[in-house]
Amino acid sequence: MKQVFPLIALAFFATVPLWLQDQYYLHTLVVAGIFMLAAMSLNLLLGYTGQLSLGHVAFFGIGAYVSALTSLGFSLSIFGVQITHEPWPPFIGLILGALAAGLCGYLIGKLAFRVRGAYFVIVTISFAEVVRLVSLNWVELTNGPLALPGIPPLTLGFDWTGYVTLWGKAQNYYLVLVFIALAYVLIKRLVQSPYGRAMIALRENETLAVSVGISVTKYLVLAAIFSGALAGLAGGLYAHYIQIIDPMIFMFLNTVTMVIMVITGGKGTLAGPIVGGLIFGLAPVVLRNYVGPEVQWILYGVLMILIVFVLPEGIVPAIERWFNRKAKPGRKDGSAAGGKAADRETGQGGSTLALASSGKVNS
Amino acid sequence: MNAQTQTSAPILAVEHVAVHFGGLVAISDMSFEVHEGELVSLIGPNGAGKTTAFNVITGFQRPTKGHVSFQGTSLDGLKPHEVTGLGLVRTFQRTSVFEKITVFENVLIGLHRRTAPSLLGTFLGLPGERRAEAELREQAWEILRLVGIEHEADELGGSLPYGDQRLLGVALALAADPRALLLDEPVSGMNASETGRFIDLLNRLRAKGTTILLVEHDMPMVMKISDRIVVLNYGRIIANGTPSEIQNDPEVIAAYLGGGVKNA
Repeated sequence: MKQVFPLIALAFFATVPLWLQDQYYLHTLVVAGIFMLAAMSLNLLLGYTGQLSLGHVAFFGIGAYVSALTSLGFSLSIFGVQITHEPWPPFIGLILGALAAGLCGYLIGKLAFRVRGAYFVIVTISFAEVVRLVSLNWVELTNGPLALPGIPPLTLGFDWTGYVTLWGKAQNYYLVLVFIALAYVLIKRLVQSPYGRAMIALRENETLAVSVGISVTKYLVLAAIFSGALAGLAGGLYAHYIQIIDPMIFMFLNTVTMVIMVITGGKGTLAGPIVGGLIFGLAPVVLRNYVGPEVQWILYGVLMILIVFVLPEGIVPAIERWFNRKAKPGRKDGSAAGGKAADRETGQGGSTLALASSGKVNS
Repeated sequence: MNAQTQTSAPILAVEHVAVHFGGLVAISDMSFEVHEGELVSLIGPNGAGKTTAFNVITGFQRPTKGHVSFQGTSLDGLKPHEVTGLGLVRTFQRTSVFEKITVFENVLIGLHRRTAPSLLGTFLGLPGERRAEAELREQAWEILRLVGIEHEADELGGSLPYGDQRLLGVALALAADPRALLLDEPVSGMNASETGRFIDLLNRLRAKGTTILLVEHDMPMVMKISDRIVVLNYGRIIANGTPSEIQNDPEVIAAYLGGGVKNA
């Protein structure tokens, strides 16, 4: 059942453009999907290694800018050397953007994981701020506050298949859906492998993890690389979909949105960022129909506080536990004890459930 | 047996190790050796420096002075996970299990050192990786059966009874494939029958050739199973010998065991 559910969800979302005629709603879903990807990348760090990156938008923005500049081309002089880049196909930009963001993840990881916890948070915030200031002030390259307009939409295909340029909302919707499905599968394989177990071990008890031979830096840096690259990919998708980016992309609010998606959905679970992304990607649009904008933001905040208070581990772990209790009433004691143990430290409670249950599925 | 092993090169050598925390001297000058296949106990009153000695040996604490070597390899400057990588694995007094993860997953994590996954294979879900994963699970069951907690595989580590948590801590260390095992008060908090089971486990490990260094307060157990005992007091070694030698050592009796040693 548990393995079928993602497929059902995928099938359902694949039908959405067939019956949802309102282009505005479709647009909202595309943007929500892109942020979902970013939230999934953040979840890899925050959920599985337990390190909070509060500058995650930096990876997203770097991916967006690198991808945009690669496909737009640029010309600038550094120390008197003139560098001119002719426009490349957007798809290459997307890949380069992800690679650049992954490289930044590597550098930040190397730098920041010597000192973890609060220091990592500070380093990531500073990094995002530095990147924002560069994008704002390096006008020759980034156009500064005047933004980079006219970013070409993605073109898919090969010489022998012909090309499709993704102008439409539905096309972009499917593109994002494919990337989410792909990211889901890859993250699932990663976190259920020895790599993922090492990351979870470091989150749960670093001293003990080290004592069985797990290298702290190796696995945290690895997580940072993948997390950065995936966020960069999401940023690239954003740039080619919206077709204009400016330094506002590095807004702290964007990071906060990702963090909220991960925490309300359930950090350290595969489906958490997707559920959280759906709720907080769509909530503003749904609420808009019923209440004024002022009330809307208040409700948004109340919704978040309610979720965090009532389901401190997030929505997905709560549903999983409810489901497990229904599925095997004979083992009530075990699941009740498990629930209690998980509640004791709500900060990281739910995350293990995904690991535990995935183990059962495989064994 | 003892006379034989003494002549061979030691598997673990601690040479003139000193640890100072600011002005406090935790260990003043400590030297001892452990030979292949031996079970050596490190005893002493609380605060004598036993756990600090463990921390130094396993790389969690840099010594102020002195060296530690394992199988002839110097451990100077190695990080804890690198020390483990050489086959020198420890357990902890307190933080002994991953509390919010199932017992089975605990052991899978412990098996980390025996895995050699490839990133590409993992992402592609290649059959090789799946086979390795299946083998890993089989090894995890073996270890659970060895320590005797296989019936609790699906429980969360933190929900086990205390004695079983200690066993799981040992299972984690065993999963890391130790040549030498350092156990920090493994039977503290265990009742007599649990301790008995644990001694059986130690004997099974010794039969497999695992060298064991033990820190323990349970004197009857220490006297029963040790080949040799090293006694620490106020950060220095006051005696090093067989259990019977230690029991009759006047300095040990005065400093630590007290007059009741004959009845212990």
